[in-house]
Amino acid sequence: MTTSSTDSASTSVPAASSTTPGPASLPDFDDHRTASPRIRIQQLLHANPTLGPLAVLVLAIVAFTFSNPRFFSAPNLSLVLAQVTVIAVLALGQTLIILTAGIDLSVGAIAVFSSILMASLAVKAGLPGPAALATGLILGTAMGALNGFLVTRIKLPPFIVTLGTLTIFFSLNSVVSNSETIRGADMPALLTWTGTAIPIGTFRLTYGSIIMLLLFALVLFALRNTAWGRHVYATGDDAEAARLAGIRTGRVLLSVYTAAGALYAIGAWILIGRLASASPNVGTDYNLDSITAVVLGGASLFGGRGGVLGTLIGALIVGVFRNGLQLAGVEVVWQGFAIGLLVLVAVSLDQWIRKVRT
Amino acid sequence: MTAADTAEAHQSPGPTTVPVLQAKGLTKRYGRVVALGGSDLELYPGEILAVIGDNGAGKSSLIKALSGALVPDEGEIHLDGQRVHFRNPMDARKAGIETVYQTLAVAPGLDIADNLFLGRERRRPGPLGSILRMLDHKHMRSEARRHMNELGVATLQNIGQPVESLSGGQRQAVAVARAAAFGSRVVILDEPTAALGVKEGNRVLQLIRDVRDRGLPVILISHNMPHVFEVADRIHIQRLGRRATVITPRSHSMSEAVAIMTGATEPPPPVA
Repeated sequence: MTTSSTDSASTSVPAASSTTPGPASLPDFDDHRTASPRIRIQQLLHANPTLGPLAVLVLAIVAFTFSNPRFFSAPNLSLVLAQVTVIAVLALGQTLIILTAGIDLSVGAIAVFSSILMASLAVKAGLPGPAALATGLILGTAMGALNGFLVTRIKLPPFIVTLGTLTIFFSLNSVVSNSETIRGADMPALLTWTGTAIPIGTFRLTYGSIIMLLLFALVLFALRNTAWGRHVYATGDDAEAARLAGIRTGRVLLSVYTAAGALYAIGAWILIGRLASASPNVGTDYNLDSITAVVLGGASLFGGRGGVLGTLIGALIVGVFRNGLQLAGVEVVWQGFAIGLLVLVAVSLDQWIRKVRT
Repeated sequence: MTAADTAEAHQSPGPTTVPVLQAKGLTKRYGRVVALGGSDLELYPGEILAVIGDNGAGKSSLIKALSGALVPDEGEIHLDGQRVHFRNPMDARKAGIETVYQTLAVAPGLDIADNLFLGRERRRPGPLGSILRMLDHKHMRSEARRHMNELGVATLQNIGQPVESLSGGQRQAVAVARAAAFGSRVVILDEPTAALGVKEGNRVLQLIRDVRDRGLPVILISHNMPHVFEVADRIHIQRLGRRATVITPRSHSMSEAVAIMTGATEPPPPVA
């Protein structure tokens, strides 16, 4: 059928068919690539963005195991996983926002403030555990929604919005907490439950880590298998194009910031379990650590590229580096240096991959 | 889409034919600037109508009014003889008018199938779709492949390849395929060959003919006179916010068209 219609078209407009003669006049859009090994690697990484981070993670694990065999022991790996869990959940929310070409500087503030709210509601206001947890989760989600509202309705750049809310939430955090730490022992068991571990041999898996993995599975599913996920990518790739294609980009952005807020609030719950307390003074590193995890995972800060598997690997890279360097006897000050270097390499690599032949 | 349809598509539209899309006296003012001053347009079944005009002649305002991207101050738009009111692009799209914008409106990171169904995704049947809201990737891919094949874009073997890995012409093909797949009444193409080389431009022209031959009338906005004269059945010349006249590639030469467009010669009475 295709052939016949093309034939009739070319007979009716003879001038055109002269450029593409014969039955092979179908538009074939052939491209003749000459693929050098370097280009092939570039294209491979472009098609499989988690491959690079995965290689880094495996290499790091092998290297640290050689430098100190204790690294690859079950107790130490449990520790790495527990250390990574909170950052991974926060980075998951950050991933959604970075996919839309945004950035969230208020991630740490929302998480810490939510944990203080949960603990204060339970301990100071005397709310039962489930009510305190639910209220904290709702308030954390609302903080994310506020960011989304400011980005979509007032149309401020995400960087500025979250810089403002970062300061506001940390300030409110100090007011509510009175700069005091609330001990886990004083809280209802539900709030610290996330820190409880299930022993698997000598490996200890916390409920917090299980929640983290479930959240990753959930977001992975939503991004890959729902229209919403496609719209998140399309909006981040080119918001104007997405709008012309009929996507309500404002709604997509609002949903992304709100979902991120909900994830941060769940991260707050896991944080309480991990620290066995709610402290207003933690979490200052969380902003940059979460962004680091996302970037190491291969997501692009320009939006539309990346995924949650990469972020999980990115968070593990951060955790493995911090822990491995420590076991190798590297001073704390140099750990930051190494991770900073890693970020710069990751971003340079991303730039290179983006320049794939177009 | 039979041979009979194709033959009919090439008859010149007679006065008895009802226009698929008709604009009457469209007016749009921006303050004291008149973008459209009572512009008319008729698009007949099975034709490629090119719209040409100098910069500022009101081409894009006219097209935006037809595709719902702007609401005219005055005038009427009729689709199949029925008056329609488009408040936004979605309204026009629901009525069966698909527009391929110059910027293409594709998401470079998503694959061909995802782009074809962008904003119109298909969900899986049953609870997987209604409760889990799962996408039917398989169905969308096979449909996408069918649409691309129907337009003869045969060698895009991998429907799962991201649009950014495609050449300009291939991207244009994806955008045209999307419009052809979902446009039930009219396809509007805004400068589809502007960014392309000679070879790819010719292939896109072939795509445009294929769309017409499948029975969808096409409005083609272009600055490229050779392209316009190569594919258009009729040529609408827009000048100073109104339709100056309508010519055909047989009735007038390119230089005559340019002369009418720029006001160097008096517009002749409309042909057909």
